Amino acid sequence: MSHVAVPKTYKLFVNGAFPRSESGRVYEVTTPKGVFLANAAKASRKDARDAIVAARAAVGGWAGATAYNRGQVLYRVAEVLEGRRAQFEDEIVRLEGVSAGAARAQVDEAIDRWVWYAGWTDKFAQVSGNANPVAGPYFNLSVPEPTGVVAVVAPQDSSLLGLVSAVAPALVAGNTVVVVASEAFPLSAITLAEVLATSDLPKGVVNVLTGSPAEIAPWLASHADVNALDLVGAAELEWIDLEIAAAETLKRVYPPESGPDAAAPSLARITAFTETKTVWHTKSLL
Amino acid sequence: MSFLEYAPAPESTAILDLKPEYGLFIGGEFVAAGGGSFRTISPATEKQIALIANADDADVDRAVAAARKAYDKTWSKLSGRDRGKYLFRIARLVQERARELAVAESLDNGKPIKESRDVDVPLVAAWFFYYAGWADKLDYAGLGANPRALGVAAQVIPWNFPLLMLAWKIAPALAAGNTVVLKPAETTPLTALLFAEILQQADLPAGVVNIITGAGETGRALVNHPDVNKVAFTGSTAVGREIARSTAGSGKKLTLELGGKAANIVFDDAPIDQAVEGIVNGIFFNQGHVCCAGSRLLVQENIHDDVVERLKSRLSTLRVGDPLDKNTDVGAINSAEQLARIRELSDVGEAEGAERWSPACDLPAEGFWFAPTIFTNVSTSHRIAREEIFGPVLSVLTFRTPAEAIAKANNTPYGLSAGIWSDKGSKILAVADKLRAGVVWANTFNRFDPASPFGGYKESGYGREGGRQGLAAYLKGSK
Repeated sequence: MSHVAVPKTYKLFVNGAFPRSESGRVYEVTTPKGVFLANAAKASRKDARDAIVAARAAVGGWAGATAYNRGQVLYRVAEVLEGRRAQFEDEIVRLEGVSAGAARAQVDEAIDRWVWYAGWTDKFAQVSGNANPVAGPYFNLSVPEPTGVVAVVAPQDSSLLGLVSAVAPALVAGNTVVVVASEAFPLSAITLAEVLATSDLPKGVVNVLTGSPAEIAPWLASHADVNALDLVGAAELEWIDLEIAAAETLKRVYPPESGPDAAAPSLARITAFTETKTVWHTKSLL
Repeated sequence: MSFLEYAPAPESTAILDLKPEYGLFIGGEFVAAGGGSFRTISPATEKQIALIANADDADVDRAVAAARKAYDKTWSKLSGRDRGKYLFRIARLVQERARELAVAESLDNGKPIKESRDVDVPLVAAWFFYYAGWADKLDYAGLGANPRALGVAAQVIPWNFPLLMLAWKIAPALAAGNTVVLKPAETTPLTALLFAEILQQADLPAGVVNIITGAGETGRALVNHPDVNKVAFTGSTAVGREIARSTAGSGKKLTLELGGKAANIVFDDAPIDQAVEGIVNGIFFNQGHVCCAGSRLLVQENIHDDVVERLKSRLSTLRVGDPLDKNTDVGAINSAEQLARIRELSDVGEAEGAERWSPACDLPAEGFWFAPTIFTNVSTSHRIAREEIFGPVLSVLTFRTPAEAIAKANNTPYGLSAGIWSDKGSKILAVADKLRAGVVWANTFNRFDPASPFGGYKESGYGREGGRQGLAAYLKGSK
């Protein structure tokens, strides 16, 4: 008795749905030895714009949710990720050509990092914000707030861990994300999108584009409704041109990183996509 | 003589001991520049104050080299404690020479002496005093143990608060262990050069702070110099954008404090008399030459007429004139160029259908002046509601609900500051949460303190000045 497998169609993840690229384009994803695995959607400029519109619309709800609520939703993502670990391991082995042990280790670390960031939602403001002892009768408090829509070029040399390491910290403060997945290893990105879609994460909070980062990133960098640009995985692109394009609307830009420590877990990755708001309030003179 | 007429009470300029000509301050000494010189004038009289050196590319090179040498050989080897003591010395010298600095500032900038004397200069001293204490406590700046200085900082500052902006830039840079090349604005270089004399009195090691004067070209050469590690700029969004482009990929850490179009929101449950004072302070302080000025008044519709009437009555008591007169409320516009821009945008406001009003006031014949002006019947699409005028011009808009106030306040590419007036604390906190602005003043406006971070969201720039956050802008983690 044999079962003929039902392979998955890997599509984009935009506004909580899984559309094909509006361009109708796909590109072939293979194993390192060239064996066909899937046709992934090849996102276009229009797909990028749709994703930004969805991300912008989602900012109010996600940023406005309580930190406790964001933490619970993000922790839920880790739970669902854990439940689907076999699928991720299988995809990583086939796509990256690594051993089962290496794939398992990558998934372990991705889950643990996600949990680490989930726990930061209701703490980072206590660490990076503060009361200010100004010389006058004022209550004065500085708090970090989300920057808004963050466009991310995910690390290109990793299926899942790089993606998680770039997306999770941006979500902590209440930003929404448009992420361009690894071009060579896009399958885990779409499977992660399935996890996000079933974890109570509101639609539009994370949008995943697959395809050519070199083609998509310039549209993200120049789009006026993007507030910040994380170029962590853009080392091989013309990233200085991206930074120049981002200057037009003074986007916050986080530079490329490479090597095994790229996008290592840090508080700095959370605060990079926050704005310090300082509120002064008068105190009456009793 | 009505209650508004005062006998003139001019602050004496005898306290000043100005030179007819100033060189560049490089390596601890005043030196001649390669680019010739230009005049700095008093905007109140258009009379020349002094000749100022114009730094060319070679001068910029020399200044950066002096800063690099001082960083490598002296400043980076000094302990935080000792760096701090130099900053404390500077704070004290500023206090000692406070009156002189205030008079020089009002003379060169055109701002009323009561503002330079009571706001600018005391804050300059406070800024150095605050950051002096940070110099030996960098481990607590939020970057982990042993954070490191960046190296040579290039700093370019505007003309609206010349000496205060210098303090905002130099104090945290030195506390963090960097050395500095600073360029003041071409219309207001005077107090920076007096400050250089203070550095000599403080015996600050040569080259730790270098001050070069010149116009946009000099600033461009400075921020694009390859041996600079940090760029800090305060000024227009257009120039900020140019700097962000030209430093892209350079690895230079960048702080930009740019333009604004702040909403000052007045709810119908606000203490109206206080609010009127706050509105006046918000837009007419420093002739409106303030990036965080409350230039868009959003007033709840049901109290609009009352508020505008009281505003007009209050404006009629403002005294416009000699910046050095201790009674003056509104001084001179800083330059002919800025005056032309304020006039142009105000004319556009009228042409687009807004209603213009100014109190009757006699403006001096010489110098650059613009009467305090209010526009009513302004809609959100008018240029005077969207563009930074940087002058004593207030645009009044109305709203009905808090949600509408928030939407209108946030309807701008800028995000530097905002004001909220209400007696209801819960409403203030809820509105403050939703405003996309880096500084929110509730039942007050235009308050500044070295302990309080200042800086914008969106196209008002990035990075913060003031507080622990302002220190971190000049440091990197040790890992």
